[in-house]
Amino acid sequence: MPPALAIPAIAGLAFLVLPLVGLLWRAPWATLPSRLTEPGILSALRISLLTATLATGVSLVLGVPLAWVLARIEFRGRRLVRALVTVPLVLPPVVGGVALLLVFGRRGLLGAWLDSAFGISLPFTTAGVVVAEAFVAMPFLVISVEGALRGADARYEEAAATLGAGRWTAFRRVTLPLIAPGVAAGAVLCWARALGEFGATITFAGNFPGRTQTMPLAIYVNQSSGKMAEAIALSLVLVVVSLVVMVFRRRLASGD
Amino acid sequence: MLKADIQLRLSRLDLDAAFTVESGEVVALLGPNGSGKSTTLRALMGLLPLAGGQVVLDGTVLEDPAQHIKVPPEDRPIGLMFQDYLLFPHLSALENVAFGLRAKGTDKKAAREKAAQAMARLGLDGLAEAKPGSMSGGQQQRVAMARSLVTDPKLLLLDEPLAALDVSTKTDVRRLLREVLRQSSAANVLVTHDLLDAVALGDRMVVIGDGQIVQTGTPAEVTSRPRSRYVADLVGVNLLRGTARGTVLDVDGGGQIVTTGAASGAVLATVSPTVVAVSRQRPEGHEPNAWAGQISAVDLMGDRVRVRIAGPPEIMAEVTPRAVDELKLDDGGELWASVSPSAITVYPP
Amino acid sequence: MKKILAGLALVAMLAACGDNSTDTPSGSATSAASGVTGNLTVLAAASLTETFNQIGKDFETANPGTKVTFSYGGSSGLAQQITSGAPADVFASASPATMKTVTDAGDAVASDAKVFVRNQLVIAVPKGNPKGIKGLSDLTKPGVKVALCAEQVPCGAAAKKALDAAGVKLTPVTQEQDVKAALSKVKLGEVDAALVYRTDAKSASSDVDGIEFPESSGAINDYPIVVLKNAPNPTAATAFVAFVQSEPELKVLTDAGFQKP
Repeated sequence: MPPALAIPAIAGLAFLVLPLVGLLWRAPWATLPSRLTEPGILSALRISLLTATLATGVSLVLGVPLAWVLARIEFRGRRLVRALVTVPLVLPPVVGGVALLLVFGRRGLLGAWLDSAFGISLPFTTAGVVVAEAFVAMPFLVISVEGALRGADARYEEAAATLGAGRWTAFRRVTLPLIAPGVAAGAVLCWARALGEFGATITFAGNFPGRTQTMPLAIYVNQSSGKMAEAIALSLVLVVVSLVVMVFRRRLASGD
Repeated sequence: MLKADIQLRLSRLDLDAAFTVESGEVVALLGPNGSGKSTTLRALMGLLPLAGGQVVLDGTVLEDPAQHIKVPPEDRPIGLMFQDYLLFPHLSALENVAFGLRAKGTDKKAAREKAAQAMARLGLDGLAEAKPGSMSGGQQQRVAMARSLVTDPKLLLLDEPLAALDVSTKTDVRRLLREVLRQSSAANVLVTHDLLDAVALGDRMVVIGDGQIVQTGTPAEVTSRPRSRYVADLVGVNLLRGTARGTVLDVDGGGQIVTTGAASGAVLATVSPTVVAVSRQRPEGHEPNAWAGQISAVDLMGDRVRVRIAGPPEIMAEVTPRAVDELKLDDGGELWASVSPSAITVYPP
Repeated sequence: MKKILAGLALVAMLAACGDNSTDTPSGSATSAASGVTGNLTVLAAASLTETFNQIGKDFETANPGTKVTFSYGGSSGLAQQITSGAPADVFASASPATMKTVTDAGDAVASDAKVFVRNQLVIAVPKGNPKGIKGLSDLTKPGVKVALCAEQVPCGAAAKKALDAAGVKLTPVTQEQDVKAALSKVKLGEVDAALVYRTDAKSASSDVDGIEFPESSGAINDYPIVVLKNAPNPTAATAFVAFVQSEPELKVLTDAGFQKP
């Protein structure tokens, strides 16, 4: 391997891996079990797992049909719609949080109506965390599923039609099973992104332990008040979860 | 019974073909690549909208653009067998066959039973749980057949059903298909580019070329009196077009031949390559039909050789490989062809 | 490809040149003589935002050739940054406790820290006081959403002190990392009230009303300011700290609602 490639490659690898090594090196191994079972940390973990899973659920219910429309239906402005769907991917998360406030906040576009008509208020609630996480993570799922749909042979749906299956039946019994690996891989990515979300969550849902304080928020709060040991312990948990998720996703994507 | 009047505006061509198919009849749709045969099937299935015309099956109007009627494919009592089968890869053979029944509301158990029977009839016992990926081409083809037949469609469309099979499998499956089609009470349209399939399986042939029907008839009629270069080439006979004045035929494009017929006006004439004699010198004796031309092609076909002489008129002769050696046909050059007038069949176009 | 690499290199160089505290811009005779020149980095509590921006401008006018850059945030977060090695010249925090974090870590000498102003809490409500808040106990009325600073932030510590003194058990809907974040929640109308400094309510007087409450006098925050030990520009830093405590600048602070030390 030519040195001109090897040196930057090794530097790049070191750059990405050393921070993880740093975490492991400074981890409070001796006190880890007791720290991880502290109520504050357990509740942050619980909220993170719950909201990430719910956000993924929302993304599946809304995102798969959206991906199907983008992949299968020709309509004017399809390119523009696809670009809009991917905006949350490049938008700084905190901007997403501000935007969500302007729509779903108490005086927001929809929020004001939700509050007055149904008494539903999303900011500062766990549901609000789910909304913030779904906003940043759903595009991952939509893109992944759209790709899977494009790769799947649309002629199978035609074959299903010739056998008497209506569009919904064909989708349910033929298309969905064929794209299942792509959907699963997209869902895993979506879940991981939701788990790690910070900017939109803290801006839209606020920070309250036990209700809206997710793992990333808890890490930030602990770190900024000097409680490094707690911050590192929480960080380790997230790193392990992320590693597991990435390995799992690889296996799904390669089609098992 | 199917009454089809298919008018399509495609990117490559405009198609205008009207034909009928009786219940229990097999119509073979024949034509060169790109003539619109497969597209006709798709239009009948409803996968492609008509630009004009009508599709009526057993008295029900399935499509009529003028009256804004278009029944969607899933509601047409039509079965379509795709050229590449399109068996659902994630379902077992039995589930594939049962698919159409379940889609129309039959409960799982009854559908699976009926599917198993259909598979048994086609010699597919023991393959119920196999996935399409693990089956041979012939097995996949029979599963595809079972899948489209089990729903008892009123019209069965087969798109080049034997094209993807190797030669040995083809013979067996062709025989099976003939049995199945014979027993079916549906109207059947079979698209193929293989003359053997058309002749073996079809009750009637419809030949399509340049976006329209150029000839219809029984296989015997069509092959003995081809009306298009395409069919003539398929059958392997020479087809000459020209104007007759009694026993003299002025061939379009140059040349004159003598026949035994007494026709006048525009005519078609066929000559079997086997009766065309070739020689390097002008034939001795009184040959009313003898002319020379450059050798334009020498093709080996099994144990026979076809030599094409440019003429005019262009003619194809069949010779033995030995003759190729003796006459040094591979070197090209001028070659004389001669045909006896009695070997020429003349008929109206 | 080459163009992209060249472009990236150019951007990197420009960025590196942009912030160099040892870089001395061309100064006049006065700045050269007093030695107060160059760049100055000040980390200050969020509640000092508006006033310090003004004081910074005044300092630059008085000392041509200097450029003051501010970084505002929750004092506890800033203290954390300093002890982690953030390069800065001056630290102005909203509580002695957060200053202690810095002096305990050895990044400043404790005896050098001087209290230069004091700040008192008020209840910030959206303009017009729609929920009719009159005191701390009104904050626990059903349907009233309150934002507080997190406890480790000075304004949060003061709020806790005041609430405990009043015997009010308040559950906020959110714990913000600095006082400006809590204030913005009130400005947006997302919460009905927040405990912020009098100076913050005054600075946002067009959107927000500040309600005084008696218990706030028992939880007044002292604001210490100090020159950091590893200051890149100690001369200018010392001058700035003295400048802040001078009469005209103190007036800027008291006009904004701060109290004299």
